[in-house]
Amino acid sequence: MGQIVLDKVSKSFGDVEVIPPLDLTIEDGEFTVFVGPSGCGKSTLLRMIAGLEDLTSGAIAIDGEDVTEVPPSKRGLAMVFQSYALYPHMTVRKNIGFPLRMEKMDQAEIDKRVETAATSLNLMDYLDRKPGQLSGGQRQRVAIGRAIVRDPSAFLFDEPLSNLDAALRVGMRLEISEMHERMQTTMIYVTHDQVEAMTMANKIVVLQAGVIEQVGSPLDLYHKPQNVFVAGFIGSPKMNIFTGPEAEKQGAHTIGIRPEHTDVSMTEGTWKGTVGVAEHLGSDTFIHVHNTGLADMVTVRISGDISVKHGDDIYLTPQPDQIHRFDAQGLRIE
Amino acid sequence: MAIVAQSSKFSSYGRPVLAWGVGLLFFFPIFWMVLTSFKTDADAVKPEYLFFFTPTLDNYLNMTDNYDYWRFARNSVITSVSATLFTLFVSVPAAYAMAFNPTRATKDVLMWMLSTKMLPAAAVLYPMIFLAKGIGLYDTHILIITVLSLINLPIAIWMLFTYFKEIPKDIIEAGKMDGVNTWGEIKEILVPLAWGGIASTALLIFIFCWNEAYWTVRLTTIDAATLSKLIEGNRAPEGLFFGRLSAVSTAAVGPIVVLGWFCQKQLVQGLTFGAVK
Ligand SMILES: Nc1ncnc2c1ncn2[C@@H]1O[C@H](COP(=O)(O)OP(=O)(O)OP(=O)(O)O)[C@@H](O)[C@H]1O
Ligand SMILES: [Mg+2]
Repeated sequence: MGQIVLDKVSKSFGDVEVIPPLDLTIEDGEFTVFVGPSGCGKSTLLRMIAGLEDLTSGAIAIDGEDVTEVPPSKRGLAMVFQSYALYPHMTVRKNIGFPLRMEKMDQAEIDKRVETAATSLNLMDYLDRKPGQLSGGQRQRVAIGRAIVRDPSAFLFDEPLSNLDAALRVGMRLEISEMHERMQTTMIYVTHDQVEAMTMANKIVVLQAGVIEQVGSPLDLYHKPQNVFVAGFIGSPKMNIFTGPEAEKQGAHTIGIRPEHTDVSMTEGTWKGTVGVAEHLGSDTFIHVHNTGLADMVTVRISGDISVKHGDDIYLTPQPDQIHRFDAQGLRIE
Repeated sequence: MAIVAQSSKFSSYGRPVLAWGVGLLFFFPIFWMVLTSFKTDADAVKPEYLFFFTPTLDNYLNMTDNYDYWRFARNSVITSVSATLFTLFVSVPAAYAMAFNPTRATKDVLMWMLSTKMLPAAAVLYPMIFLAKGIGLYDTHILIITVLSLINLPIAIWMLFTYFKEIPKDIIEAGKMDGVNTWGEIKEILVPLAWGGIASTALLIFIFCWNEAYWTVRLTTIDAATLSKLIEGNRAPEGLFFGRLSAVSTAAVGPIVVLGWFCQKQLVQGLTFGAVK
């Protein structure tokens, strides 16, 4: 069990309101990702759920029980920190078993659970080492091990992968996703990496300056961004967004078109521009187009290879049903 | 080239010589005290017996005859150990609270504690004596332990605060998430991680307690009198009893010198902790 309900939760540090009152429900078993630019309040929100940060106002309920005044140790949640926060004076075995020891569990049962967790995380060979003798990836696993041994009602992750190198990050991302598939426990995952958000989440919460911009499934957010911020934030490469006559033609203040929803031709099309840089990824090619009169630069993504070079003329045609339209307030027009 | 050669010559000869020079300079008074303690009171003041004299153990033997060295020593141990333990008992949680749950007032509280050390002890001497006598605690262990604890608390809290500050907040928070209560945070996480710092704080406080003279001399007569009082009691204006005084002093500082010697590494590490980091 692990349904988490935030009711008009707000947070101020001194006079600065970091999170204005906010409502959010995280269903049991859901993988929810908080995503947003640096400083938008993701960690603060997560820490409030954990109990590590007091609420300025509002209430938090876990499984229908008000936990606003309950200390973190009594909320039944497990947290994985960006810095891993392992206990440097304890071996891996002790680290993983620590929450169980605090529950006064039987030593034999602790040993059993630690071994199970260590096996599933490939840590069996390192059980007697101290955290200082492990690599970053191994430390990360220990931190996860420490979280899973005790069957928490929900897992909280604060940018757990940001200290790992790119290859390891992708691997761990998969492992965490698989862990979720297997356990079906509620997980809340904070990241500023929208690729992590898109690939892992059942539900994404996009935050900006402490305000929820949109809540939805990854594909919801991709196909129906509710405002310009979400449109620009979700998707890689970023959506091309511009205002002006072309937007007005569409009956909107602002329009957006994703790089992958633009057809390219060397001879004819809606918009003409010149090729700046073409990035060849093999499977895809990103072409950055200048002088379209729409924006400084328009990015298009085409599959496979195409032979264009710097300075070539190029024609772009947006797929009409893929154009996102927004009003002057930046809100989506259906 | 020449400079390189010179500097390496300095580091291989000059520096040790300098170090020894400074070391001996600081050690000399101790040496002198120990040396004098083996002279008779009469010899001690005669320049011709400066270095060459007939050593005698009388001063040490008389010490346990004339007055009960062991009682003073026992009082010193009781008060210093108790005061050190009590100081830690209060300062560890206090420093913990200030390091990990600071409020807006934390900085001011720290400054205020430090400022109590700026008050001249003499200013509160008579109030203290009257107070102690008034509540019937004059010349008791409990009084000395309380006073020693109070004067050392600010330093202990400051030192521990500095050590605790070095512990990442995340680790304490991980403890909270893992189901530890406040006492558990201190016992399971804080103390093991800051062990070195706590040990050097304890050691330093113990030394301060042992050596404290201003209050122990003035607030005791017999029952709670410490070694400081014993030394003071052997003071004579004419300096007639230099040999005896030296013996008493040697016996008083002896234990602490030995302790300091064995804990050298710990002490240096503890005191330079902040500087090295
Ligand atoms: N203890 C604090 N005191 C004052 N302000 C704080 C405190 N903690 C966070 N803030 C402020 O609250 C805002 C949100 O911080 P938070 O750490 O939640 O951001 P974040 O979204 O997690 O950013 P990042 O992606 O960089 O981790 C920031 O503007 C930060 O400066
Ligand atoms: Mg953060």
